[in-house]
Amino acid sequence: MAHQTDRRRFLARLLAGAGTLALVGCDKLSNSKWFTNVLSTGGSLSKNAHRLISARKSMAQEFSEADMSPSFRSNGTSLPSSAEYQALAKNDFKNWALTIDGMVENPITLTLTQIQALPSRTQITRHDCVEGWSAIGKWAGAPLHEVLALVKPLSQAHFVVFYCADPMEDDGSQKYYESIDMDDAYHAQTMLAYKLNDETLPIKNGAPIRLRVERQLGYKQAKYIMRIALVEKLDPIEGGKGGYWEDSAGYEWYAGI
Amino acid sequence: MSTVNKSSLEPYFIYRHKLPIRIMHWINVLCFTVLLMSGLNIFNSHAALNLGKSSYNGYAPILEMKSIQNSNGELVGITNIFGYQFDTTGVLGASMGPEGKLIKRGFPSWITIPGPKWLAMARQWHFFFAWLFVINGICYVTYSLFSKHLQRDLLTTKSDRASIWQSIKDHARFKHPSGEAAIPYNVLQKIAYLSVIFILLPLVILMGFAMSPFLDSLIPGWVDLFGGRQTARTIHFIVAWLLVTFVFIHVFEVIITGVWNNLRSMITGQYQIKTHIDTSHKEGE
Repeated sequence: MAHQTDRRRFLARLLAGAGTLALVGCDKLSNSKWFTNVLSTGGSLSKNAHRLISARKSMAQEFSEADMSPSFRSNGTSLPSSAEYQALAKNDFKNWALTIDGMVENPITLTLTQIQALPSRTQITRHDCVEGWSAIGKWAGAPLHEVLALVKPLSQAHFVVFYCADPMEDDGSQKYYESIDMDDAYHAQTMLAYKLNDETLPIKNGAPIRLRVERQLGYKQAKYIMRIALVEKLDPIEGGKGGYWEDSAGYEWYAGI
Repeated sequence: MSTVNKSSLEPYFIYRHKLPIRIMHWINVLCFTVLLMSGLNIFNSHAALNLGKSSYNGYAPILEMKSIQNSNGELVGITNIFGYQFDTTGVLGASMGPEGKLIKRGFPSWITIPGPKWLAMARQWHFFFAWLFVINGICYVTYSLFSKHLQRDLLTTKSDRASIWQSIKDHARFKHPSGEAAIPYNVLQKIAYLSVIFILLPLVILMGFAMSPFLDSLIPGWVDLFGGRQTARTIHFIVAWLLVTFVFIHVFEVIITGVWNNLRSMITGQYQIKTHIDTSHKEGE
């Protein structure tokens, strides 16, 4: 009997030991370059599969007013800490202007009033955060393709980069940035939103304008947009992965899942 | 009985599981383990389950894990299920962090991949192994159909269906067929495997799809058939735990019906058949 309990104890320890080793191993793998490269093929497969099925056409679900969340949650930055942004906000963004340049025939700078004068679109859509929660809100804004029609992208332009006002570090450095490809840029629901739930877009949700790119997760929906640039490649921008969270924490650039 | 040829009573081996089945079985074990543990790390980023199209629709979550500070300033892990509150300190809501102190987290680090809170990396693990899991599953079903494994070994027969009640009673008493009677799967075993292969696994995959804002857009409104995106997330979580329950019962049955023989048959394919008379003779001698 004693022999048997000894053996059982040994087996239990062996199992616990193997389990601990496996867990430590997984954490080691998570920090190794080669293995994370292997893992990231999962994300690329998803992106390629999604683009193959439907690049520009499929429309994100739109909801009725009854589905709208009572208050639209603010996530990430709720008030950019820079003096520059706060000065613009104090003046209701009358001094704010958006430059769209880069690989375009006709770079332009638009005021908020000019953006609001463009043809507009209203949509009640769901915002799905990468963390797992969702909120439904009603957005109004200028479809990005209207703005692209004004600047006329060059044929080498493959990505649209959004430079934002919100500093991500405590010392006020490293402002938020995000990017999308031309499939999403020309998608009918992709817009520069200036209204949320029939009211002027609140500061906590990204005033004066934020991006809506409805077939992707929340971190792609750049808030506090200050400049838009069309580029051929993402490599030269910051860490090279196309967005703040992509560069700083390893989130996938394609956030369709 | 004394006239029975002694050699026919000797234990002998049959080739039980073919190589493709064995390979796919162990790939499945690896994938399911990683998917569960990375899934729990992902869950920890928002340790609550809601029902409906969004999380903010006026209804309280049906499950929530959180931590609060008690009057002594200590961290207390709280799990809330259907409005009932439980102190789950050490396991759910609050558990040991890397510095040996209680920290706020849904599931503890020993059951998540990676161990620390790391949503981006957990997603990388989850989606890579999800692809492998789905490809493996498609290969398994295709192979099972064409090799007739499905028709021959998994589909229930008329006599199976007639013996369901007997099989339930046998399982409840941990009584299992032995000798040659143990070669075919029993009826409850077949039903369990078929439910996992054709109901639970497709459902957990579909509910994973339902959480993708892109796949959601392919047929607008399809996610609402399952109650909405947050309900889909909740179903994904529940089905994952139903699969864990299956694994526990499966491993339990493997152990009580001859752990080494079963393991060998899933590694080398060889399954040993012993007759009753044979073993009783040996013990008598």
